[in-house]
Order: sequence, then C-alpha cells, then structure tokens
Amino acid sequence: MIDIYTRRRITNRLGLIVSVLAMAFGLFWLGWILFTLLNHGLPALTSTVFTQMTPPPGSDGGLLNAIVGTLMMTIVGTLIGTPIGILAGTYLAEFGQRGWLAPITRFINDILLSAPSIVIGLFVYEVYVVHIRHFSGWAGALALAIIVIPIVIRTTENMLRLIPNTLREAAAALGAPQWKTVNFVTLRAARAGIITGVMLAIARISGETAPLLFTALNNQFWNADMENPMANLPVVIFQFAMSPYEDWQRLAWAGALLITFSVLTLNILARILFRQSASNH
Amino acid sequence: MSGFLQEARLKRQVWLDMLFRGMTRASAFGVLVLLAAIIGSLVIGSMPAIQAFGFNFLINDSWNPVTENFGALVPIVGTLVTSGIALLIAIPVSFGIAIFLTELSPQALRRPLGIAIELLAGIPSIIYGMWGLFVFAPLFAEHIEPWINDHLGTIPMIGAFFSGPPMGISILTAGIILAIMVIPFIASVMRDVFEVVPAMLKESAYGVGATTWEVVTKVVLPYTRIGVVGGIMLGLGRALGETMAVTFVIGNAHKLSMSLLEPGNSIASALANEFTEADGELYTASLIELGLILFFITFVVLSIARYMLYQLSKQEGKAS
Amino acid sequence: MNSTMNIVNPKVTVRNLNFYYGNFLALKDINMEIAEKMVTAFIGPSGCGKSTLLRTFNRMYQLYPQQKATGQIILDGDNILDPKQDLNRLRAKVGMVFQKPTPFPMSIYDNIAFGVKLYESLSGSEMDERVEWALKKAALWGEVKDKLKQSGTGLSGGQQQRLCIARAIAVKPEVLLLDEPTSALDPISTAHIEKLIDELKVDFTIAIVTHNMQQAARVSDYTAYMYLGDLVEFSDTSTIFTNPSKKETEDYITGRFG
Repeated sequence: MIDIYTRRRITNRLGLIVSVLAMAFGLFWLGWILFTLLNHGLPALTSTVFTQMTPPPGSDGGLLNAIVGTLMMTIVGTLIGTPIGILAGTYLAEFGQRGWLAPITRFINDILLSAPSIVIGLFVYEVYVVHIRHFSGWAGALALAIIVIPIVIRTTENMLRLIPNTLREAAAALGAPQWKTVNFVTLRAARAGIITGVMLAIARISGETAPLLFTALNNQFWNADMENPMANLPVVIFQFAMSPYEDWQRLAWAGALLITFSVLTLNILARILFRQSASNH
Repeated sequence: MSGFLQEARLKRQVWLDMLFRGMTRASAFGVLVLLAAIIGSLVIGSMPAIQAFGFNFLINDSWNPVTENFGALVPIVGTLVTSGIALLIAIPVSFGIAIFLTELSPQALRRPLGIAIELLAGIPSIIYGMWGLFVFAPLFAEHIEPWINDHLGTIPMIGAFFSGPPMGISILTAGIILAIMVIPFIASVMRDVFEVVPAMLKESAYGVGATTWEVVTKVVLPYTRIGVVGGIMLGLGRALGETMAVTFVIGNAHKLSMSLLEPGNSIASALANEFTEADGELYTASLIELGLILFFITFVVLSIARYMLYQLSKQEGKAS
Repeated sequence: MNSTMNIVNPKVTVRNLNFYYGNFLALKDINMEIAEKMVTAFIGPSGCGKSTLLRTFNRMYQLYPQQKATGQIILDGDNILDPKQDLNRLRAKVGMVFQKPTPFPMSIYDNIAFGVKLYESLSGSEMDERVEWALKKAALWGEVKDKLKQSGTGLSGGQQQRLCIARAIAVKPEVLLLDEPTSALDPISTAHIEKLIDELKVDFTIAIVTHNMQQAARVSDYTAYMYLGDLVEFSDTSTIFTNPSKKETEDYITGRFG
C-alpha cells in the first residue's frame, strides 16, 4: 500500500516523462526527415540540376525550368497577394472598429487561412483555366496569391494591433490625416513584423503543390512565358517521385532538398529578422 | 501660410483619406467576395454531378469512370478516417510537447525547441509524402504491419481493422504521416494558450503543494479548455484538407474496406490524382463536387475552431 | 458646483462641457477658461477626468467611436466641438505631448519634419532651419545636432520626450497640451522639461495635466482641481495652493485626501 503522496509523485514523474518523450517524438521526425533529404538529395544535387531542363526518362537533365518557374510564380503570387493583404489587414486594424465588415472578414479570413489549398486550385481552374482553355503560369501565380492574402492579412492586423495607440494619437495630434498616419507612422512601425509575415507566406507558397496541379501544371521545356503551362519544383517533384524511373526519382530528391532547405531558411531568417527588430524597440 | 493654398491642401487630404479608407475597405470586402466566389464556382462546376446523382452521391461507394457512376462515400470515409487516426496520435503528443515547452524545458532551450517544432510545420507537405513513400512506408510494411497483423489482427471484434496485406501503402500509413504533419499546428496553439494562463494562478496551485503534473491537468488545462479544443479543431481542419502527404501513401484505391491496412482514398488525393486526367463532364463535375464537400467539411470544422479560440480570447479579455 | 473665475485674456473657453465614454458620464458640466500664453495645470486623483478634459481640446477622443462630448469649447471664437470643424486643422493649431514619449519610427529630422510638411511647403534649407529652431526650443539641439539622420527611437527617454515637444512646436501651434509629460521620466529629465515649459509659455498657451502637485505649483499660473468628473476649484495657482476655497481641494493639496 503506497500513500497518497508517493502516488502523486509517481503520477507526476510519469506524466513528465511522457511529455519529454512527446517532445523527443516530435524532434525525432524532424531529424529523420531532414536526414533522409540530405542522404538522398545531396548526391543528386549536381551542377546540372541548375543548368539543364527537366529530361525525358533515361537521359540526363536538371531542374532549371522548374526552379525558374517556381521563382516566377512565387514572386508574382507574392506581388499580387501582398498589397491586397496589407490593405485588408490595415482595414481590420485601423478602420474596422465599427460596422459589420471587419468582424465577418476577420472570421472568414481565419478560415481561408487554413482552407485546403487544393480547393484553391480547383477554384482558379474553374474561374480562369476553363475560360482560357489551357493551364498557365498566371493561373498558378493567381492560386498562390490567394494563399498569400489571408496570411498577410492576419500578420498585418496582428502587427498593427501591437502598435500602441499613443503613436496614432501623436500623429493625429499633429493634424496628420489618417492615410498619412497609417502609411508613414503605424505601418512603418509595424514594418518588420509585416515583412516577417510576407516571408513566411513566401515560404509557404514556394512549397505548395496542390494548388498548382490544376493551374500551372507542368512544362517539360524551357518557358518564361506565364501565358503557357509552367514547370515548377513541387509538381515536378510530385511527378518524378511517383514515376518508376530512377533518374527521375533522383532529380525529385534533389528538388526536395532544394525546396525544403530554401523554405526552412526563409522561415528561420524571418524569425531572426523579427527578433532583431523587436529587440531594437 | 497662404490661406487659399491651405484650403486646397485640406480638401485634398480629406479626399485622399476617403480614397485610402475606401481601398482598404474594398480589399477587406474582397475576402468575402473571394469566399463567395469559391463556393459559387464549386457549386456551378459540380452542378452536372449534383443533378445526375443528387443526395445519393454521398452514400454511393462506387467510382466508375467507364459507366459514369460516381459516389463520394469512399473518399469521404477515407478523409475522415485518416484525419481521425491523425488526431488520435497527434493530440496526446502535442499535449506533451506543449507541457514540455511551457513547464519543463530549461529556459535556454525553449526558443530553439519551439522553433524546431514550428519548422516541422514549415516543411512542405510534398516532402512528407515523398518521405512517406520512399522511407516510412517500406519500413512500416516490413517491421510494423506484420506485427500489427499478428498481434492486433487476431483480437476478436477489432481484429478486422488490423488485418491486411503488409504493403505499407494504407489508410493507417496516411493517418500516421498526417499526424506528424498536424502535431506542430496543434502543439503550437496549445503552447500559446497555455502561456496565457496567469502566472499567479499557477503559482497559487504550486503554493498549496501541487505537482507540475497536477498544475497542468487541474489548473492549466481547465482554464484553457476551449483554446485547446480550438487548436485540435484547427489541426483537424488541416488534416482533412491535406493533399500531397496523403496522396503518396494512401494508394488511391476506390474501395471501402474494414481494414486500416488496406489502401483507400481521400477527397484531396482523389482530386490530385484524377482531376487533370478526367475526361467527360460528369467525371469532372463529380471531382469538383468532391472538392465542394471537402470545402464544406473543413469550413464547418474551422468555424468551430475559430469560434472556440475567439471565446478563449474573450474570456482572457474579461479577466485582464 | 463649479468654482470659476474670469480670466482677462482667454484663449480657450469651455462651456457646459459633458463627456461620455459610452453611457458613462466622465466630465460633468465643465465651465472654465484657459488664459493665453500662460500655463494652466489640471490636477486631481486618477480617474478624475483631467486627461479626458485635455483630450477634448484637440478632439483626440474622436479616434474612438464610443466617446463623445457635448457643450462648447471656444478657441479664438470658433466652437471646436462643432461637427463641421476640420479636425486636422484644429490639431495643427492645438499641439499635444503625451504621457509616454511617442517618437515615430523614422529619423530625428524626419520626426520633426513630418508635422511641418503636412501644412507647409518649405524648401530644404527652410526645413533645416525649422528643425533646428524646434530642437533648440526644446533644448535638444546640442545633444542631437550631429545625429539628425539617426532613428528617433534610439534616444533616451528624456531626449525622446523633448523630441516629441520639438515635433509638437515645429508646426507652430497656438496651444500646447501636455498630458503628464514627465510621468515616465527621471528627475533630471523632468527638471529639463519643467524649465522648458517656463520658456515655451512666452510663445504658446499651455495646458498641462499632472499628478504631481509640486509640479503644478512650480510650472503653472492657473490650476484646476478635478474630482470624479467635476471641476471642483479653478483659480490662480498661488490661491489654490495657499488658500483654497473648497474643503475638498484643501484635503487633496495637503495630502489628507482618501
């Protein structure tokens, strides 16, 4: 018969051990996945990956067209999505105190934030690809932009809310009209946080596959014209990895390594940037 | 200061103010338009299937492009079951991680470990899929599934869930990979809501001699209950809509099976695999209707999640 | 209830001012005058409405939908509570400095130029002169003249507050509102700013809210004592501190309050 105190201590000890194990469990997968990527990806990451086009099975090639396509669509998607996101986020934080629009928008936006990205791809297919009758880089960029918007709205609103009201009052007290206060004082003060959000959004879309499947699709050849179907790393990885050809699978690993480490680097950079600017204030 | 000049300047400022406010308002309104457009386009796109199959679509387990007989039951069940498995694994693990990060971890490790968990969320889902197909599934087939067959598969009643060919490509594999994917989402929400528990509340519990485990389960967890459930629902929303991680390992088999070790299908992977190759209006429309169903399910789940998280922040607002 | 007095040369006249936070009446029928080119101090315990009153003079409360004021506040013959009043122009005429320093996230120079550019088109050299003038007035020039391009957020607390004063006076307002301007500062910076207030009243009409009675006694010509939204007593500073007419005022001044 053990007394209550001992039992409580044992329960405590067990609970805490389990939580340490849970943490180890999480780190274990991260380590395993990264290790696999390095293990398969590094040997495949030769210089031809950056200089040659995606090959037909059985011949040599690289991922140049896919890398360029991903860069172009990511950049265009970010350029379309960011301004809309910042404007809407500004509305939620600065102008939305009264009325119905802000609370509803906030709610819907939070849902779009985690909505299945494949549905975004379907949507762009329905409203755009069907009408122009072919897949295109623009459609891919549009789908990515729709993913960027909610992320940027969320961070913009959050970051603007961190700005103390006294700063807005100080600008208003000088007689500054609201658009100047917002553009030159509050948005500027929130700049680092918003840039962090945009970087995280870029990290997110540069690895997105599902929304590109029905929009940009893929292109085996060099193509810098966004009117045409466009190669991109995630879809190439998908097709090559699912293929039975070993040289395609090797390229898929190279692409996977490339994209994961770019995305993780962006993630870490964003956090460092945010931390630095936060400690400046 | 010239009076006239100032007058003109003020007029312009008023006009610019209205313009800027209008632009932000229009962008915010755009979010609502976007939602309406997504729902509208999916409904229009799936109209032929809705007209052809009606409600039967939801309970029909056939998916036959040749006879053009389509039903959503298999992918719906696959989606729900894989997500369910994912949550079963992810909830306790995330809870443990959140406790570790808020209560146990040495201060110096808190940030790096927190970032490590968030990086797990940053890895693109296609990487999970590839890793699952090439690394995890073979190991699973070779070492774990035979064991499951031998030990769990022989138990009466639930044995049927656990017997099947040890191929590694299965509903269970997909569920496990989904679990790894959603752990960081659930864990970081749990950590965030645990951190809002007032230090005084925890200290008073420690003050009467409670152990860390008791403080967490009897003070922190009840206080943050709504937020924890909100975080879980958020993870569920993610799991339901996840495409690439599942597509690689679920097997894309349109058949209903009791066993979790059999291949199956989910809505998202059916779309990813078949949509660009679908020919015929009805085939395409059926796939779009699948997308509509997926959007509807995640919309409901995410609405509940958000509602609960708002409740928590309201409660917090009242307390402070 | 209000104990008012007639001021020879009023810059601002407050008549029957009521102020609401939602349904809560925070200022009750305030009547008073603020003398031109003098310092008027508002004192009273926390929550008495002194900051609220100050924030009606430039209608800062307008930023918040739940807040509203009724009555009249007359500045140079215009009722500034009139809905037709142009807020931005009003605020250019009535400057304000806040409890905590509020430097904008830009260079020291741009902090000052920001407000000036709103209402005047100055040439580069004119702007340079204006910035120098304002910084000199705020007794900050000597400390920052070599680092005008550096960020205003990098200055010390006392310097930041003087930067904010410089920014407020650079637009050449007529009235300067100071909302507990030294409450976040150390004693040395506080002394700097009190000396500054004394110098600034040559050019500006100043209203200051303070919870520090000694400060009110040191810097002001007139003092208003407020309690729970009422203006209890308003008189010249020496009368308030040496010979108050109301018992409540005396209790507060002598520290017997509460």
